[in-house]
Amino acid sequence: MTPGGTPGAPGVVVVTGVGRYLGAHVAARLAADPRIDRVIGVDPASPNPELADLLSGVERVRLDLDSLGGLLVDLDVDAVVHLALVTAPDPQQGGRAAMKEQNVIGTMQLLAACQRAPRLRKLVVRSSTAAYGVSFRDPAVFTEETEPREVPRGGFGRDILDIEGYVRGFRRRRPDVTATVLRFAPFIGSTADTTLTRYFAQPVVPTVFGRDPRLQFVHFDDALEVLHRSVAEEHAGTYNVAGPGVLSLSQAIRRAGRVAMPVLEPGLAGVAAIARSMGFGRYGLDQVDLFVHGRVVDTTRLEREYGFTPRSTAAAFEDFIRAHHGGVVVTRDQLATAEQLVLEGIRQVRAAVRERS
Amino acid sequence: MSGAEERGEARYDVPLTVPGPDAEPARRNGHRRAAAAAAEPTMKATPAAGDEPDTSTDEPAPAPRTGEPGDAPKKPLAKKAVAKKAVAKKAVAKKATAEPAGSGDRPGDVTPSGPAVADRPGDHWDRKVAKGLAFLRRRLAGDYEVDEFGFDPDLTDAVFHPLVRLLYRDWFRTEVSGIEHVPADGAGLVVGNHSGTVALDALVLATALHDRHPARRYLRLLGADLVFRMPVVSEIARKTGGTVACNPDAERLLGNGELVGVFPEGFKGVGKLYADRYKLQRFGRGGFVSAALRTGTPIVPVAIVGGEEIYPMLADIKPLARLLKLPYFPVTPTFPWLGPLGMVPLPSKWLIEFCPPIPTAHLRDSADDPLVVFNLADQVRETIQQTLHRLLERRPDPFGP
Repeated sequence: MTPGGTPGAPGVVVVTGVGRYLGAHVAARLAADPRIDRVIGVDPASPNPELADLLSGVERVRLDLDSLGGLLVDLDVDAVVHLALVTAPDPQQGGRAAMKEQNVIGTMQLLAACQRAPRLRKLVVRSSTAAYGVSFRDPAVFTEETEPREVPRGGFGRDILDIEGYVRGFRRRRPDVTATVLRFAPFIGSTADTTLTRYFAQPVVPTVFGRDPRLQFVHFDDALEVLHRSVAEEHAGTYNVAGPGVLSLSQAIRRAGRVAMPVLEPGLAGVAAIARSMGFGRYGLDQVDLFVHGRVVDTTRLEREYGFTPRSTAAAFEDFIRAHHGGVVVTRDQLATAEQLVLEGIRQVRAAVRERS
Repeated sequence: MSGAEERGEARYDVPLTVPGPDAEPARRNGHRRAAAAAAEPTMKATPAAGDEPDTSTDEPAPAPRTGEPGDAPKKPLAKKAVAKKAVAKKAVAKKATAEPAGSGDRPGDVTPSGPAVADRPGDHWDRKVAKGLAFLRRRLAGDYEVDEFGFDPDLTDAVFHPLVRLLYRDWFRTEVSGIEHVPADGAGLVVGNHSGTVALDALVLATALHDRHPARRYLRLLGADLVFRMPVVSEIARKTGGTVACNPDAERLLGNGELVGVFPEGFKGVGKLYADRYKLQRFGRGGFVSAALRTGTPIVPVAIVGGEEIYPMLADIKPLARLLKLPYFPVTPTFPWLGPLGMVPLPSKWLIEFCPPIPTAHLRDSADDPLVVFNLADQVRETIQQTLHRLLERRPDPFGP
């Protein structure tokens, strides 16, 4: 059916958001796959200089998502990978309004273009486990069927819900297209640079007092693998993508050798907003809610359908720690030494007491 | 031995009202066989011995005193380790200055003294200190595992169980029967009566079951979402194996072969007045039954006597409860009159009896059938209520020995 493409793997693939870290890596990886003939990277902005040499095998088109329709038809595109999502508002790029514009409006335009592309047979959309929202009544582990009980307060979470809603509509209108929605846990890894990796890279890490959320991460390389397989193979449906296992926030901070600084919960969102406006970090309600509730998903469906198990959350975090050992406050060796010293001290004191008596 | 006996005597002096703030809880209690108490070896020399969860009932024989069994996680001493550490830090600091001179003077003397102490096979305290320090190091380095519900067995064994053990064994003198009805492996749903204004019965049940069960099983409690709304409390609940009472969580735990504990009365049971004690409240929609049916898990009813007297609720100030967004605002003989002192539970006598399990495997398809669900819920409720009456006859004096 696809000239030039092996059965299953599409011949021509469009990747959106190649100007960003994830998009650039996915596009480069797909371009390296011999089963795929052409990889076209779409981004309204030119990519970061560091990412530019990654994209040597990728045809780049500087294009807004609203003018994508013609491109999809003209180039006989078989598959679209939608990665152009913004996870946190960037004050330099228009803040929350621009973020929503890109996430929600961008996705609507993309889906409209996809709907009009007759040859399209595969759509892969990046989503997030933020799709489950946050509520105190939430079950401990989300499966793909879990409906959010409350609409999230954070902008990104709301955008994700909107995006998934539009994809559901697209599925109804184009049942012939294999639509894959990947709900990713926060990315972590040796090279990824996200809000969360910056958070854990600080020597003193703010936490919410009295809350120790359960966190899950997915290693960046595993996320690439899953995205690659989604394009090259057929996996219709929605999948949670996360490293199996759980780290509690306090545990993660201790493993990273950082020091936790608990902050009181009331008014935290306001403090985060002030800090954001003053240029300290980019923590929004999305992050505050994550650090109050935590988020754990079930990855059975991914493992069964893809035949691939991402490395565990603990292993992914270990990889991140190794790459960011600069800010370590307490090391494991120091703790072990302290333990030995104290033990010896107690033994000697007791021996002395015994001798005297 | 005299120490143990003296404290044994003191037990009878426990006032039936609230003890003073500095009152010692009754340590050695009547229901334990005298032999077990007498088997207590000579370890009183250390002043801290009183705080230590004693091993006489948990260990099969006093022998472990010399070599603690491998199933270590039973009774470490987090609290003390902290205190010890502080003391030890000073000691180390002192040594740091004193040692160079000492070792220079008599090099053969100081160095062997350390290992010599450690190698003494009978040195119970050295083992405890080492274990406590290892625990502390593990905690600080994050070297422990947490499951997907947030359950932290390391912390539960080291801190939570020893604390509740003091409460249920020494303060409430809890007697447990029918533990053989709790499955040794595989899933089980333990359904109990709820009581006590503050739900201490859940903690006591979980710890007593863990201690008395031959397989040392953990009871995974299902709690109201109010518990998980509160900071600190929510994390204690999660780390000790609890999770939100909802069907997905219950079924997931049961599907993993866990032992799940649930109190279907919920706040209606905890927040009832003293006048209604030991009258089981409504069981709600019977969600626990459908969870058991869907997973084919046997239901083990459990009756808990003693919880009703710990904070006898005389009245419920509803407007204040609404103001504070609580399900009830209790007035007990001691709370809120005595302030924080009113938080001390009265030392009632507790009896816990596990009833024979009710199999559900043959009803797997009826999880959505309200008739089956309600019938089964009623059967469980009746069993608990009758067992409660029987236990109450066995315990004429709520504050008896």
